[in-house]
Amino acid sequence: MGSITLEKVAKKFGDVDVIHGVDLEVKEGEFVVFVGPSGCGKSTLLRLIAGLEDISGGTLRIDGKDATGLPPAKRGLAMVFQSYALYPHMSVYKNIAFPLKMAGMDKAAIDAKVRAAAKVLNLTDYLDRRPGQLSGGQRQRVAIGRAIVREPAAFLFDEPLSNLDAALRVNMRLEISELHNTLKTTMIYVTHDQVEAMTMADKIVVLSAGRIEQVGSPLELYNHPRNLFVAGFIGSPKMNLIEGPLAAAKDAKTIGVRPEHIHLSRTEGDWTGTVRVAEHLGSDTFLHVQVEGAGQITARAPGEFTVRHGDAVRLTPDPAHLYRFDADGNALQ
Amino acid sequence: MATTHTRAAARLMLAPSVIMLLAWMIIPLSMTLYFSFLRYNLLMPGMETWAGIENYQYFLTDPAFFAALGNTLMLVGGVLLITIVGGTLIALLLDQPIWGQGVVRLLVIAPFFVMPTVSALVWKNMLMHPANGLFAWIAQTFGFQAVDWLGAMPLLSIILIVAWQWLPFATLIILTALQSLDQEQKEAAEMDGAGPFAIFLAITLPHLSRALTVVVLIQTIFLLSVFAEILVTTNGGPGVASTNIAFLVYAQALLQFDVGTASAGGVVAVILANIVAIFLIRIVGKNLDR
Amino acid sequence: MARATTTRHRVVVTAAAWTVGFLLFFPILWTFLTSFKSEATAVQIPPAFLFFDWTWENYVEVNVRSDYFRFAMNSVVIAVGSVLLGLLIAIPAAWSMAFAPTKHTKDILMWMLSTKMLPPVGVLVPLYLLFRDWGLLDTRTGLVVVMMLINLPIIVWMLYTYFKEIPGEILEASRMDGATLGKEIVFVLAPMAAPGIASTLLLNVILAWNEAFWTLNLTAAKAAPLTAFIASYSSPEGLFWAKLSAASMMAIAPILVLGWFSQKQLVRGLTFGAVK
Repeated sequence: MGSITLEKVAKKFGDVDVIHGVDLEVKEGEFVVFVGPSGCGKSTLLRLIAGLEDISGGTLRIDGKDATGLPPAKRGLAMVFQSYALYPHMSVYKNIAFPLKMAGMDKAAIDAKVRAAAKVLNLTDYLDRRPGQLSGGQRQRVAIGRAIVREPAAFLFDEPLSNLDAALRVNMRLEISELHNTLKTTMIYVTHDQVEAMTMADKIVVLSAGRIEQVGSPLELYNHPRNLFVAGFIGSPKMNLIEGPLAAAKDAKTIGVRPEHIHLSRTEGDWTGTVRVAEHLGSDTFLHVQVEGAGQITARAPGEFTVRHGDAVRLTPDPAHLYRFDADGNALQ
Repeated sequence: MATTHTRAAARLMLAPSVIMLLAWMIIPLSMTLYFSFLRYNLLMPGMETWAGIENYQYFLTDPAFFAALGNTLMLVGGVLLITIVGGTLIALLLDQPIWGQGVVRLLVIAPFFVMPTVSALVWKNMLMHPANGLFAWIAQTFGFQAVDWLGAMPLLSIILIVAWQWLPFATLIILTALQSLDQEQKEAAEMDGAGPFAIFLAITLPHLSRALTVVVLIQTIFLLSVFAEILVTTNGGPGVASTNIAFLVYAQALLQFDVGTASAGGVVAVILANIVAIFLIRIVGKNLDR
Repeated sequence: MARATTTRHRVVVTAAAWTVGFLLFFPILWTFLTSFKSEATAVQIPPAFLFFDWTWENYVEVNVRSDYFRFAMNSVVIAVGSVLLGLLIAIPAAWSMAFAPTKHTKDILMWMLSTKMLPPVGVLVPLYLLFRDWGLLDTRTGLVVVMMLINLPIIVWMLYTYFKEIPGEILEASRMDGATLGKEIVFVLAPMAAPGIASTLLLNVILAWNEAFWTLNLTAAKAAPLTAFIASYSSPEGLFWAKLSAASMMAIAPILVLGWFSQKQLVRGLTFGAVK
């Protein structure tokens, strides 16, 4: 239960192709993250799976059955919206009970399920409150509770943490991951934050302009990006992408190396540069260095590396983690 | 968020209102159009004959028509003048810091909610009556002759009554628009040395232009059809001195039973109203795009 | 204004505003006072303002002698009935336009509003004849239908504007939760839009109660509402000002009260959104 397959799924709004023939397989129990910049189509793709938008072309299968034309209520999926979309005129209890009421369950059964979900999400003390009286994090839990109680084939999350402040976001990330470990239900999660993607996903789908750029586990995408886009998107701080003579020397149009894979020294190294900005975090030092023939490079040194603006410094990229890209932006082996 | 499912449901749910309003518009209107080409008198049913454009010729050359047309324009124009100018002045006044603003607003709004037959009869009897009315008493107290408002100046009297009813509407709309005017603009102008009159002309009035236009157009639509006030006070008289197009059509249809001519008149009234409606729809349409 | 306005300015402006308010309200006040006078007092010159023998006799007489209650019931049935019927038809229509709009939606809305601009005399004759032939003249049913049709555009328009303020995502959530369209409207949309629906009801009941063209022309003795009843005072016998005042106060008092609560709705409903 909970496998979802997309075969050449496409979406047009008017004359504009927003999603171009996407193929994807989500296995039962997987935590899949759709990630990409604003406007790449990740939310649209999620809504296509949910049934909130019509699929213009291709087929969607849920557990092997064709679900392309089914209305949302019949797909057996549950969605947690970015704005939570709670029913403002109903109490927390009634919000969570709503889908069960729609399914025609009897009162006693509803009561049992609602209270069970409330317990898992620490909402038992808030069952009588209205959404307007809850904090952002609590509202989000009610939204999740409403989804859990339906025991769906898969959960769909549409940027659920975007409206929370940074500290809360970290906590909720852990809670959602734990939820996945407990329930073992398929989860499809949309975010623009690649840190969320890297930390939560079994499988990441990187999207750009309505197309899938790459699908793989977090480490796969980190270590073996297939093209420039994925290389520059995954990893924080971003991978340095260098054109010009330094790239030509390695027989490529563009070369890439991550800040954490550059060795810094005051005395020896392949490349020479001048420090523009030095960020001392204590645990790491990030240097933004102007390198001849390469432009501005970001490099990371573990611990403290004491330099200041204007100092000369030398950088050596780790050859095992140097990526080469051709003129089309694809990775070269 | 529309899918094929919601779209299909949407069409179904829209259908009843569209069908009903379509029927409401088309059926009676086409009947009116049809009747306007017939010689049809309710007192002699079954003897209708084709009249071509005879009814229109009769209606449009009838001196009563020209009088009615003139009266209609004067009625609309007069009420518009009073309500726009009065409404703007009162709105400017109410926009000031006042103690008990809420109560004053209620007092000013009240006339709009009084039913037209009550307004008309109250004005006709207790206020405008030449012998025992309040206005007569006030005039005499100041040494003037009492005026027979509805007898001597029927159209003007009706204009006053209708203006009293619509003044709150204009005031409310203009006040709403005034209150959306951002204070900083006015303060900037003040710092630039502009006096209150200059500020009004240069900043306030342009900001109000949309609201004023809407008031003019909407009131015109309704004022073209003033009926009850005339029926209940002067019955269109003396003669046709206070008859407007709407009353003329009514008189011909239900008093003279001349369906043919009345229908021609009805068509004329519809055309007049359409001209105004086209302008109003355009403004409303522009606003929907916002 | 960030500056403090002088108290003197405030006093002057307050006096002016209250004067204007009083003058505008005066005819209503005068009617109220006159309703408590005897007929003789009502016509006396100089007029009696506050100090006269207040009496209830007019109210009693209007109720007893002219079957006022029946006219009032007609007004209630026609006004409330037509608006409730209108809401039934308009809620689905407004849902459709607010949540599943097409490229024709705006045009349809504009067209609906334009039907309100039809001068009633343009269709007086056919409507009168049709009603006569269908036995609908002087019936409450006939008038409910007409009132519903003339106010339907405003009801749809107002509901549309209120529905647009409801976040579409909440309705989508209810669909994901398995709600059919009917349940979506009953359990989610209507409760959330309740204030808007109430406002629409309020304003349109007021408009229907005060309507004085169709109610005067399509009714006689049986279905006549208060508008027609009051109109009968245009050719009465003998002294009648005090009774007219009493009848008028009874006819307008409920609407005055309702109207005082619906100023915002008035702006929204009758300017078709062109003024915010």
